[in-house]
Amino acid sequence: MKRKAKVKKEQCVACGCCVKVCPRAAITVPMGICAVIDEQLCVGCGKCVKECPASIIELREVQE
Amino acid sequence: MKKKWYDHLWIFSLTYLILGFLNILFAWLGLICFVVPLMISIGHGNKAYCNKYCGRGQLFSLLGGRFGLSRKHDMPKWMKSKYFRYGFLIFFFTMFFMMLWNTYLVFAGERTLAQKVTLLWTFKLPWHWAYHGTLVSDGVAQFAFGFYSVMLTSTVLGFVTMILFKPRSWCVYCPMGTMTQLICKAKHKEVKS
Ligand code: SF4
Ligand code: SF4
Ligand code: SF4
Repeated sequence: MKRKAKVKKEQCVACGCCVKVCPRAAITVPMGICAVIDEQLCVGCGKCVKECPASIIELREVQE
Repeated sequence: MKKKWYDHLWIFSLTYLILGFLNILFAWLGLICFVVPLMISIGHGNKAYCNKYCGRGQLFSLLGGRFGLSRKHDMPKWMKSKYFRYGFLIFFFTMFFMMLWNTYLVFAGERTLAQKVTLLWTFKLPWHWAYHGTLVSDGVAQFAFGFYSVMLTSTVLGFVTMILFKPRSWCVYCPMGTMTQLICKAKHKEVKS
């Protein structure tokens, strides 16, 4: 089992705070609408989860 | 991560607040923080301003993060709701246009210059030490007082929510952030259909 970050898209304000803290540069905010996480790059460190001011990113267990 | 040049723009935001304390006419510089995000979102259809350049956001993450002034609690649900965010946007711009109207009245000579900064749209703070006269019209100074009021009010609100919740809680209900996101949404819907 691995952990990956997941954004609740509907509630994202596209501020990009998460982008700035991700050590793997896994997050982008394409078209200024909501944050998108590249699951290949994400290592599940949880930094973005802590940073997001709206607290809408969570770590989910995924099957490898 | 390596810091980029734009990661230091919080210095600009801080300097702005100090300059407005010394000479209110510097408040005009704040228009940059209104025009640039709008131009980026309308022109490029993204929120690069929020995502990279915004000095105010950086200032809050610095004070709340590195300086530990934030409790880092979750914001209440209602504050993150669309109702609140859009409602605040409408309220903010209604007050903004009233400020512009007041500026117009001073330009037109129907009202005299009030050397005050209005905090939270209610409290009139004396600010006469920052006024050293203008060469042009009193209206120029009135706009400066009005605009500085807007900037100071949003900084104070952002500061309070920074302490109570996460460092950059302001970004959740920041009218510029909400508006640029709406512009991006509208722009890309247009392209899709
Ligand atoms: S969990 Fe860590 S690696 Fe994954 S997106 Fe968030 S900050 Fe980046
Ligand atoms: S920090 Fe949170 S609200 Fe901001 S862009 Fe990232 S996921 Fe969206
Ligand atoms: S939401 Fe507002 S304060 Fe936050 S980064 Fe965008 S413009 Fe700056």
